[in-house]
Amino acid sequence: MSEATMADSTMPDSKLPDSKLPDSKLPEATAAEAAEIVTAHNADQGGHGTTTGISNNKLMMWAFLGSECLLFGALISTYLLYKERFTGFAEGLAPFDEDGRNIGPRFGGENGEGVFDIPFTSVSSFILLGSSLTMVLALSAIRRGEYRSFRIWTLTTAALGSVFIAGQIYEFTEFVEKGLGFSTNIFGSAFFTLTGFHGVHVTIGIVMLLATYIMHKQGRLNSDKAETVEIVGLYWHFVDVVWILIFTIVYLFPQ
Amino acid sequence: MAITEDRPLALEAGTITKVAERPLGALTRPQSDVGWASWFTTVDHKKIGIMYGVGSLFFFLFGGVEALMIRIQLAAPNGQFLSESLYNQVFTMHGVTMVFLVIMPMAAAFANYLLPLQVGARDVAFPRLNAFSFWCWLAGAIFLNTSWFLGGAPDGGWFAYAPNTSVTFAPGNGMDFYAIGLQIVGIASLVSAINLIVTVLNMRAPGMSLLKMPVLTWMLLVTQFLLLFAVPVITIALFLLTFDRSFGANFFNVSEGGSPLLWQHLFWIFGHPEVYILILPAFGIISEVIPTFSRKPIFGYPFMVGSGIAIGFMGWGVWAHHMFASGLGEISVAAFSLSTMFIAVPTGVKILNWLATMWGGRLRFTTPMLFACGVIAMFTIGGLSGVTHAVAPSDTQQTDTYYIVAHFHYVIFGGSLLGMFSGFYFWWPKVFGHKLSEKWGKINFWLMLIGFNMTFGPMHVLGLQGMARRHHSYAKEDGFGFWNGIVSAGAFVIALGTLAFLINVWLSARNAKRNPVEVGPDPWDARSLEWSTASPTPVHNFDVEPIVEFQDDWWHRKWGKNDEGKVVRKAYPEDIAQDGSATDVHLPSPSYWPLVLSLSLPMIGYSIIFTFWLLIPAGALFLAGFLGWALEPADDPEAAHGHDDHGHDNDHDADATADAEVEGASNV
Repeated sequence: MSEATMADSTMPDSKLPDSKLPDSKLPEATAAEAAEIVTAHNADQGGHGTTTGISNNKLMMWAFLGSECLLFGALISTYLLYKERFTGFAEGLAPFDEDGRNIGPRFGGENGEGVFDIPFTSVSSFILLGSSLTMVLALSAIRRGEYRSFRIWTLTTAALGSVFIAGQIYEFTEFVEKGLGFSTNIFGSAFFTLTGFHGVHVTIGIVMLLATYIMHKQGRLNSDKAETVEIVGLYWHFVDVVWILIFTIVYLFPQ
Repeated sequence: MAITEDRPLALEAGTITKVAERPLGALTRPQSDVGWASWFTTVDHKKIGIMYGVGSLFFFLFGGVEALMIRIQLAAPNGQFLSESLYNQVFTMHGVTMVFLVIMPMAAAFANYLLPLQVGARDVAFPRLNAFSFWCWLAGAIFLNTSWFLGGAPDGGWFAYAPNTSVTFAPGNGMDFYAIGLQIVGIASLVSAINLIVTVLNMRAPGMSLLKMPVLTWMLLVTQFLLLFAVPVITIALFLLTFDRSFGANFFNVSEGGSPLLWQHLFWIFGHPEVYILILPAFGIISEVIPTFSRKPIFGYPFMVGSGIAIGFMGWGVWAHHMFASGLGEISVAAFSLSTMFIAVPTGVKILNWLATMWGGRLRFTTPMLFACGVIAMFTIGGLSGVTHAVAPSDTQQTDTYYIVAHFHYVIFGGSLLGMFSGFYFWWPKVFGHKLSEKWGKINFWLMLIGFNMTFGPMHVLGLQGMARRHHSYAKEDGFGFWNGIVSAGAFVIALGTLAFLINVWLSARNAKRNPVEVGPDPWDARSLEWSTASPTPVHNFDVEPIVEFQDDWWHRKWGKNDEGKVVRKAYPEDIAQDGSATDVHLPSPSYWPLVLSLSLPMIGYSIIFTFWLLIPAGALFLAGFLGWALEPADDPEAAHGHDDHGHDNDHDADATADAEVEGASNV
């Protein structure tokens, strides 16, 4: 173990094994690009010189995401507890109809219809999940040095995230108009806090995506820094996975 | 003596790298690392560690004065020193200060100063984030204390049970300051935890596998993991409280069906790991001190590490023993009783291992050793009274009495704080280049130990007699007068002990200035890597990155076994330590932006409490700090430091990895 560590951290760049080079890419690359791929490869490994072999930045993101699990864990527990405790359900304000379908708490609305619009939220959920795919495509593009498609996929990812946020803003406005506000009751407080925290996380993710785009435009982010995109991607996928949980628990769970 | 040695014992000294001229520009990083102004921009983990230490000692005096005020009030029946309302504020702020503004930052001081040194690194993984952690903590600490002048301090107790914290029952701004102040301090802890975890996992010197790390490094690492997972839980709890108080949410509004128990759960899911966050650093410190002054390796190293990790894990499964009186239900109470009893096992393993380390050792009762022995004795008493809380019927009797107050002061003062003082005396020569006076150190120790037992020992009796905590006064007929008198007298003895420490610091510094004595790199004949470099630690830590072969590698460079298996000296520290003479080692540049960014946080706090108009300057400051941080060159672009320049990767502060280059690779 110790010998491996020592060898690892003292190995000069030139001696890095290039067996892992993406051979398939070589034929279509010019000599200059090939050189670029070599450096890209080296830097993309990140973390040579670190003890674990994972770069500091990536390890930081993993640690942060671990912490985020507890953050959303506390929020989701709060929501579940308050959904149970919300006595309005017993008075016919239940978010579920006789068949156990989630129709949202019935506030306002002339016919007493629920505030949840499951089809609408389902569509925006799929849009958000789709953005994970475009995120992967963006990462793979910058790794291969295909900058045009990197730009397209990064902007697409940010756009899909923005559509999700727009949908959330629309949904929130609808709910408030129908009478379910942040301070209406404990269900409202718990619902808006949980989904709101998630919305803020998506927004921060969009800012990070735009920042990678701008940095790339300025020439500060190329294939040799592909790891930065990977780290933004880790965050983005995490936020998506959390939404799968929230969507299931808040909108789909029968009581 | 015939010792076969297959490596050169002496550590290689100075290699020189050249730093190029810096380009001019608005975003050029500040350069100076000397003078008072440099402290505001420093990213050096040692300076940040010292600032944490000074800050925590300052607030220790603050919290101490609050404690004395409480004790004056309670010294005799029907005390009139403080009004009821002021009394509530004082005991709340005493608790908040001692936990969040004293013990935690004091542990952060040791973590910042020592972790990189003990793993053989040049700095932490993210030096600017490290500076941000400190300024953020200080901003939060000052923000909390400004509440005294802005309508009253928090008055809901340090664990702030709902619904006492609602606007109805706490109409002043105090609890808002509590919620937002702790939020800011929490950001500091979280950022610092992530930073230090990455540092320990990723920046160890060649050869330092996990099981060769010093016990202090291990305990601090476990602490950082506890912080990493505990802070977000209280973050949410504090958000819910702020939402309730400032934005009309209903989380703890009982009339709307809100659940006060939710606060208790969230608080203690954070709060119990927090207890271990407070104590594990002290455990780590005395695990360095005791082997050094027993001249033996730590007994059962893997068990010491393993029991620390076990405490870290089990600390998550015992929180509800704080809530036995709240009617959790039999099964929960039984389960948490059991888990609470089990957690005494790894703690007991540690105590026995310290004793076994001392057993048969050649003991030197220096001041740090005395404090360490104090920790073992006092923490054992606190640990035993803790086990009585695991017995639910007994705990129900003790809840909210002075018995509880006695218990947690025995673990937090008798464990954590005495441990930190042991650390102060032990590492003082490494940090400042001179020892603290042994004479004053012993006065300090005995005053503190005697005062401590006078103060908190009788509280057990008072608690069992039924004296409830947090009561403003008691009547003569209650019969609590005698012991309360002793307790209050003891509190002043502790104050004298603290004074002795301050006198010691002042006198020793003056002495060192008048007749400087060379302490040498390793005045205690210690064991871990920080002692293998000059005292005070040079700005670049190590001239050459050390290569580690053994646990306690530095000790193995000095001592070895001869043919008869007898331990004999191989070399003297002065001859083999690095002399710190390397110049121009490339180090991360200082930065203004951590300070700017952290200043915006209390402003955001004030805007939530007082007027949203303040959000405009606060937001502007935040944006300025954020953008300045992102746009300044994360490292000097002209600086020649080899291949791996992650410098421009501005979202993430990557300075130090690239910089801690392996200059000494050739001697592998």
